[in-house]
Amino acid sequence: MDFLNAIVALANYVLIPGIAYGSQLALGALGVTLVYGILRFSNFAHGDTMAFGTMITILVTWAMQSAGIRLGPLPTALLALPFGILGCIALVLTTDRLVYRFYREQKAKPVILVIVSMGVMFVMNGVVRFIIGPDDQSFSDGPRFIISARDFKRLTGLDEGLGIRTTQVITVVTAIVVVALLFWFLNKTRAGKSMRAYSDNEDLALLSGINPERVVMMTWIIVAALATIAGTLYGLDKSFKPFTYFQLLLPIFASAVVGGIGSPLGAIAGGFVIAFSEVTITYAWKKVLVYLMPESLEPNSLVQLMSTDYKLAVSFVILLIVLLLKPTGLFKGQSTT
Amino acid sequence: MTDTVKNTLLFVVVFSLIIISGLFQGWNNAMFILNMGLISSIMALGVNLQWGFAGLFNVGVMGFVALGGLAAVLVGMPATPGAFSAGGPGVIFALILGAATIVAAVFTYKRMAAGRNRNLAITAILIFGFVVFRGMLDPNVALIEDVNPAATGYLGGLNPGTEETYRQNGWIMLIAWPVGGLFAAGAAWLIGKAALGLRSDYLAIATLGIAEIIISMLKNEDWLSRGVKNVVGIPRPVPYELDLQSSAAFVERAAALGFDPVEGSTLWVKFLYAVLFAIVLGIIFWLSQRALNSPWGRMLRAIRDNEVAAEAMGKDVTARHLQVFILGSAICGVAGAMMTTLDSQLTPGTYQPLRFTFLIWVMVIVGGSGSNLGSILGGFLIWFLWVQVEPIGLFIMDIITSGMSEDNWLRAHLLDSAAQMRLMTMGIIMILVLRFSPRGLIPEK
Repeated sequence: MDFLNAIVALANYVLIPGIAYGSQLALGALGVTLVYGILRFSNFAHGDTMAFGTMITILVTWAMQSAGIRLGPLPTALLALPFGILGCIALVLTTDRLVYRFYREQKAKPVILVIVSMGVMFVMNGVVRFIIGPDDQSFSDGPRFIISARDFKRLTGLDEGLGIRTTQVITVVTAIVVVALLFWFLNKTRAGKSMRAYSDNEDLALLSGINPERVVMMTWIIVAALATIAGTLYGLDKSFKPFTYFQLLLPIFASAVVGGIGSPLGAIAGGFVIAFSEVTITYAWKKVLVYLMPESLEPNSLVQLMSTDYKLAVSFVILLIVLLLKPTGLFKGQSTT
Repeated sequence: MTDTVKNTLLFVVVFSLIIISGLFQGWNNAMFILNMGLISSIMALGVNLQWGFAGLFNVGVMGFVALGGLAAVLVGMPATPGAFSAGGPGVIFALILGAATIVAAVFTYKRMAAGRNRNLAITAILIFGFVVFRGMLDPNVALIEDVNPAATGYLGGLNPGTEETYRQNGWIMLIAWPVGGLFAAGAAWLIGKAALGLRSDYLAIATLGIAEIIISMLKNEDWLSRGVKNVVGIPRPVPYELDLQSSAAFVERAAALGFDPVEGSTLWVKFLYAVLFAIVLGIIFWLSQRALNSPWGRMLRAIRDNEVAAEAMGKDVTARHLQVFILGSAICGVAGAMMTTLDSQLTPGTYQPLRFTFLIWVMVIVGGSGSNLGSILGGFLIWFLWVQVEPIGLFIMDIITSGMSEDNWLRAHLLDSAAQMRLMTMGIIMILVLRFSPRGLIPEK
């Protein structure tokens, strides 16, 4: 019984939040990795792209809510998501046309593009704050729990409860669907293959008649969709605040690099590595250990490796270790040296 | 028009802007812009040294600035009575143990043959070291934080005065500034050793992360920096306004110049700060200028423009990168200590990358990367805009919305959001400069 309790506590506080957070990071990291693979620069504006897409989704959600449009038991935001994606696509394509294309034609060094993306980051951040304000926004509706901790205890008779939030399930399901679609697109369709060819070897791809502007446009469309989905899922699961999304940039970069930047599979793996290390290192293990250890050995402290405020630090220590020891990342992305 | 005339004109324009803001918004406001402009210029010089001279992409400026601020606390504040004897030696011992663990792990990594045994050995060392480190650190930290937690709860600093008299030792802050530089230099050495081999945009990500780590340490290690409880009342190297107002001689002089005592004293304090900051800026500018035109500076630019060629000529690229990374970070640290002195408080919660890292980058890019004079101009100009965009935005919004009715939701929203215009403006300026004048206002020669 104690053993079961320990597993339930572990699932409730570590596994489920970790999987949900990992899926959100993975979707974000996929966007960063695609930009890196095709356009060959680290996009500092990615966090704010996510914020913009999410903002459009939120605005449409509010409009739908006040018009009485619902999606049964699911959050209305899912219905608004396509509009958010469209808005975000419009934004990134405009940005590309007005800003990035010039430097592509100049064949500017990647680092110049990174600096330019810093400028874009400022503007997008400003736009989001201008439209929706810098404060927390909540836009989730529908039932909060699929199964609440209390119901779980009643059903199983265990001491520990297992609460599964609707948003967590939606996050994981959506992430699986999106990733499956993305991989199908990249591996099976002609357009996806041309993208991969362009990423592997630009000159060869150009020689075989691939239109680079088309590849770039497709990349931005996919990136905008991924960013909006990741942002909306994160916002549903936690809450929406422009500054938080800017800060998400850091774990997202870490995920992309840890997995091997430029490698989509790596981005997903990296997302989960970062999410789980953040959760496990900042979780107070006492709750799980009380069930497993004999009474005499029970820990009297919280057994928390680091305070939760060091969440960001954890992802960066992992990032640094990977950069130093295995510069290509877990999945052999492009080298970092 | 020669360069000298053009550059002089640019500076005249920026200072006229500050003077105009003084005429309209009061001289205190203008002096504040001037002082922060001086500090921003110093930070911009530091970033310019790294990016403009050597092509190092450091977006961890915030971290070095914050370390400078920490130095201001550790040097300027008085020691908390009883705090060091409670847990000081234990904390220091724990930190030494922690450092020893890392050294042991690095040593093992270098000495043992690669393979599973090495990985196991390093993991064992790190886990064992971490457990011992935390076991030693936690109780001592708790002891320190228990010493009068409402008012202090941290170790305090090196100021020889007591809780009552430490404010008289304001001169100590002048020592804190170079110490801030040393702190930042030390951190930069560690970071540079680890991360400088990386390609430019990875170095950017790494430094961005390290800056966040430094900030989270300042926020959480209450025994060192009081964390989010903030340290207030840091002494200052200039007189206090209240003392000036109660001095008959000062009141008389202020009256002779046509100021009332309150305004006169605040302006005089700000003026003294401006003089001190200008001296520091002058010294750093002179040194940077000398460095730029020395063989060392030429070598750095050669490395920046073509690393492979420079290496083939026998230049030690890694060592030069490390050197310039440390120097540039140290300058940011000095500026950080000065800023904390000007604010006379350390508030770790207010350090944000947009303000302390990316804004400095805007200054360098707009001023002209590679040009010291440009960085100074960019520092003043961008800081001026950063402060003034908000009132200007509000003014514009007022005009735009003047036709709308009082209770129009759009009007209320636009007026509320005017404050958010500054980020957008900075971004647009940066993008425009990069597009149409990528060499900046005062280009590198």
